[in-house]
Amino acid sequence: MGRKLLLEHIHVPGINTLAVYREKGGYRAVEKALKTMSPDDVLEEVKKSGLRGRGGAGFPTGMKWSFLAKPEGVPRYLVCNGDESEPGTFKDRFLMTHIPHALIEGMIVSSYALGAKTSYIYIRGEMMPQIRIIENAIQEAKAAGLLGKNILGSGYDLEIYVQPGGGAYICGEETALLESLEGKRGNPRIKPPFPAVAGLYGCPTVVNNVESIAAVVPIVNDGGEEYAKIGIERSTGTKLISASGNLVKPGVYEIEMGLPVEEFIYSDEYCGGIANGKKLKAVVAGGSSVPILPANLITKTIQGNPRLMTYESLADGGFVSGTAMGSGGFIAFDEDQCIVRNTWNYTRFYRHESCGQCSPCREGTGWMEKLLYRIETGTGNLEDIDLLWDIQRRIEGNTICPLGDAAAWPVAAAIRHFRDEFEWHIMNPQEAQTRNYGLAQYADPLEPVVS
Amino acid sequence: MLSVKENLIVDFSADLLKKFAEVVSRYPEGKQKSALLPLLHLVQEEYGWLSVDAMDKVALFLNIQPIEVYEVATFYTMFLLQPQGKYLLEICRTGPCCLVGAERIMQHIENKLGVKEGEVTPDGLFSWRGVECLAACGFGPVLQIGPAYTFYENLTEESVDKLINELKEKAKTEA
Ligand SMILES: Cc1cc2nc3c(=O)[nH]c(=O)nc-3n(C[C@H](O)[C@H](O)[C@H](O)COP(=O)(O)O)c2cc1C
Ligand code: SF4
Ligand code: FES
Repeated sequence: MGRKLLLEHIHVPGINTLAVYREKGGYRAVEKALKTMSPDDVLEEVKKSGLRGRGGAGFPTGMKWSFLAKPEGVPRYLVCNGDESEPGTFKDRFLMTHIPHALIEGMIVSSYALGAKTSYIYIRGEMMPQIRIIENAIQEAKAAGLLGKNILGSGYDLEIYVQPGGGAYICGEETALLESLEGKRGNPRIKPPFPAVAGLYGCPTVVNNVESIAAVVPIVNDGGEEYAKIGIERSTGTKLISASGNLVKPGVYEIEMGLPVEEFIYSDEYCGGIANGKKLKAVVAGGSSVPILPANLITKTIQGNPRLMTYESLADGGFVSGTAMGSGGFIAFDEDQCIVRNTWNYTRFYRHESCGQCSPCREGTGWMEKLLYRIETGTGNLEDIDLLWDIQRRIEGNTICPLGDAAAWPVAAAIRHFRDEFEWHIMNPQEAQTRNYGLAQYADPLEPVVS
Repeated sequence: MLSVKENLIVDFSADLLKKFAEVVSRYPEGKQKSALLPLLHLVQEEYGWLSVDAMDKVALFLNIQPIEVYEVATFYTMFLLQPQGKYLLEICRTGPCCLVGAERIMQHIENKLGVKEGEVTPDGLFSWRGVECLAACGFGPVLQIGPAYTFYENLTEESVDKLINELKEKAKTEA
């Protein structure tokens, strides 16, 4: 059994209430931090822990916090990113639903470390039930003197408010989120300035993912060094993985960094293998934006080493034969799934969610969607594949925010690893309407496609 | 096009205005525009959709230009700019849910209700549309129904039929 830091008490009845959460040791981190540590002490522990942002980019949290500008007389803000809209990702919703106080406790300790007196939790509007749960948890904490004026007699004041989004994936991008929180359209800002200098209302701001903030609690309780003992290299601690697709047991799992991917997919402790006795065809390991890998490359690296659930191992081989940890949205495809249809679906998603500010993203996603639709529905031709490749290359790196890259990478990876299947669709338009390409040789070790 | 009758003239209740004021108090002095999304959600919860008149009143309340409200209301997909059925079924149509049958469920809903995406059933009870990933991919296919955004997970044709029948019954008792 792997160690659990966030979900240890998930099965305790009533753990969503303050009383039970405290019985199980909850809010010790607030007592410890506010009574015995300075804000910089907390920052130091977070740095030592090696915690990396759980929202997708994996940027070291301690380093991000240390960049926060601290001009005199200007408020600083902590904004929690609970937008969770990356397809395949549902860990934050799970955490907020079942253990809301883990987030509130993390918010208090993190706000203290950053010197924020008002903090916001931005939650996507569709999560209205979770918004109510978190608002309720805030009320409970406030009634217990854990929020508000002079928390636990420490002299530290903090208010936390929940902000609902309006249904827009782009508001997960941190500067779009800040725009949205200011009551505007979710158009990402040009950086610099970075939020650490000019964020919410032009004030220094840290934006962190729900899971990153919750992870600060065990880091304060046990110390950063203890946290860093779990995991491998620069992938420390535990990670929530949301597993979906054709698995026996999809769901949210807390894993120790370093768990072999094969064990995660097939062992009964985690996903229990592929549903309905079928074979694994492919995996998208970190949310829809990261490159898809065929079965043979997700379980082993190109050198034949077991692939592990760490930032480094998942990225081994770069985008030629590797992928990325991303948000931990692990999507498994069985032998009956169609890669072309899936790629079209993702591209349609990105076209729909593009804010429209940059032409490569706005126009490119639309063109890719049309081409993929054509191939999928049997009217594509072979040059379309090269055209797709060309378009995705022109989007990548040429936009204001990384949504453009996020739209380009899945298309590139699908063509890189499953070109045969695209060609088959084009050469057999009729047949492609009635049956899928199937597994082919992808489940068996195959020679790497070098591009 | 909306007829004049449908384009209701909105007079916000004292209760709603009290909620508005509480929301505005969450932000620093002069940053009341931040309240825009929460206020639009409250108005939509009350009226089922956002009429131009309602948006104008929100602008007035927040002391901002009406265009600032329109540009937000049209950017975010959750805001409904036309009346919908009493129950709007929003089903996730994104990749991971499609791996476990979301497209089949959408087709079933269309057949069962007998209306296309975006249309309202003749009795005014139902409309439906596809929406993007709802952060419930491991429990797909999923749909949600506002304004409480109740989730229905692991959908099958049978569970969808059951849900629709239950909603019909519920509407009768509420009528
Ligand atoms: C298009 C796009 C969508 C994103 N969506 C989310 C999201 O839903 N949740 C999240 O925490 N981060 C999301 N991010 C990453 C955020 O911009 C930001 O890096 C993150 O919230 C920082 O928190 P962390 O350092 O704790 O991970 C998204 C980024 C992009 C470009
Ligand atoms: S890359 Fe796309 S989503 Fe990002 S700012 Fe440009 S148009 Fe908007
Ligand atoms: S893909 Fe349907 S909830 Fe995520």
